[in-house]
Amino acid sequence: MITNRRVAALARAEAVLLRRNPSALAGALIAPLILVLVPFSNSPVPGQEGIPGTGALLVVGLTAFTLTLGVYYNLVTALVARREEFVLKRLRTGEISDAEIIVGTAAPGVAIAWGQIALGLVAGFVLLDLGTPANLAWLLLAVLALAAGTALCVLLAAVVTAWTSTVEMAQLTATPLLILSTSFSGALFPLGDLPEPLQRISQALPLTSVVDLVRLGLTGTTATGDAVTLASSFSPAILPVLILAAWLGAGVWATRRWFRWEPRR
Amino acid sequence: MDTTDIIHVDELRRQYRTPRRAPFEAVRGVSFSVRRGELYALLGTNGAGKTSILEVLEGLAVPSSGAVQVLGRDPARDRRFVRPRTGVVLQEGALPSGLTVAETARMWAGTLTAARPVPEALALVDLAHRSDTLVKQLSGGEKRRLDLGLAVLGRPEILFLDEPTAGLDPESRFRTWHLVRNLLDSGTTVFLTTHYLAEAEQLADRVAILHRGQVVRTGTPAEVTAAQPARISFTLAAGVSEPVPDLPGVDVVDTARPTGRSVILHTRDLQRSLTAVLGWAAARQLDLTELDARQASLEEAFLAVATAADPAHEEVPA
Repeated sequence: MITNRRVAALARAEAVLLRRNPSALAGALIAPLILVLVPFSNSPVPGQEGIPGTGALLVVGLTAFTLTLGVYYNLVTALVARREEFVLKRLRTGEISDAEIIVGTAAPGVAIAWGQIALGLVAGFVLLDLGTPANLAWLLLAVLALAAGTALCVLLAAVVTAWTSTVEMAQLTATPLLILSTSFSGALFPLGDLPEPLQRISQALPLTSVVDLVRLGLTGTTATGDAVTLASSFSPAILPVLILAAWLGAGVWATRRWFRWEPRR
Repeated sequence: MDTTDIIHVDELRRQYRTPRRAPFEAVRGVSFSVRRGELYALLGTNGAGKTSILEVLEGLAVPSSGAVQVLGRDPARDRRFVRPRTGVVLQEGALPSGLTVAETARMWAGTLTAARPVPEALALVDLAHRSDTLVKQLSGGEKRRLDLGLAVLGRPEILFLDEPTAGLDPESRFRTWHLVRNLLDSGTTVFLTTHYLAEAEQLADRVAILHRGQVVRTGTPAEVTAAQPARISFTLAAGVSEPVPDLPGVDVVDTARPTGRSVILHTRDLQRSLTAVLGWAAARQLDLTELDARQASLEEAFLAVATAADPAHEEVPA
């Protein structure tokens, strides 16, 4: 997966550091698996009219929780820890590029997230009711949405580190966005249950579009549970794609603007 | 020795903008050159601007104005060319505390184009026996050596060391000096900042003394100290009231202490002044206890500069 040897070297070291940090590892590995059970407990019986099937619910939930916990939150703490130990500054004196440093630091969390989603997909197909996608284009859409969502979580993590001076402080600075965007992403409960104005606000949150697109790609149903037939165009995907693109643009801009490579002097 | 300039700094300025205060100029028009193969030491008190200059040379920061060339290139813009040829030890021990020595070195080696074998680099800094120890369990001296080991992993042509021995015990400091000397012998150019003057005196081919963002003295340690008077000191018994002879161009400080009279002479001509003092003591049969005569040290030259403060230039008007 990682073809760049500089990124691979850093990713290997980061994986070792993650393995030696039990609380971070539990946060990335176990927490998403627990949280993914929540939608099953409080939503109407899956498989009913307008409700995505159990398999899709599992994969969509895993997408939301692994991206926020495994990628986003994990990366905030890792970047802050390395920055405060001057490791980021030290890395910048070497041959590895700025982007490679961020990608390498994020890599173990991304690998865990994607691994869990892949397992969820397999479980969905083999054990649950996830059917093979009707159209490869839809599946591609889901994969691209996952890639874009991962990139967005990496960027948002980098931005949040600017206001996080210690690893402990991440609980304060990183969690609001995490809780808000996962709760109202449509992965926990269908956004159709919300009043109209809240639905619109939820739609604009960073994770919602990712969840929408993954669900759309896997099952061909929208956030409100409306089925999209193959005959209809990709039109339900247009809005989430635009929102996601806007978030990615904002994330790149904000990272360049605020990201710090060394502790404040 | 190849005398081409490997580092060239011309009228370098670095200004820091802070939201509420007037901009602060940490480096104010600094120029110097470093020749290939030499050890060049930048001396200065804390806050003199040493790290600010070093960060530009390392390519971590761009100057507010002025030009910097490392190996004939811009270290920030031509990083692909410059980085594989330089090694850096930062002032802060910048190592992830949760990795072992070997894991840290392997990680760093993996980011380099042409790295030495990791065991070789660890042996070089005498850490081979600590390969499997976590960084956080290393002593201060061992951490600094690992830092240095990483910096030389890529066989750099230039090594930048920011306060490499700060906070080390004398033994660790001596080991670091020994290592730096070996690197110099193998042709590496070393650029270091320090506020240990003895370190610069022992190791440096040339030094520059930095004060409030400006280079105020530059040259070999001998050249820099030559401007300072030599020093003769001795103690006379408490009862001796004989005045010290008046010698031309010699500055005498004669202090009465409970243990005796402490006398310090500053002179530009050590040999003549010392002869005169010894002749005077012999003629009067005086015992000069704790007699000491020496050329000025770099420390004295440095202190002379540091105490000659010029507060008018401290800050740039907004």
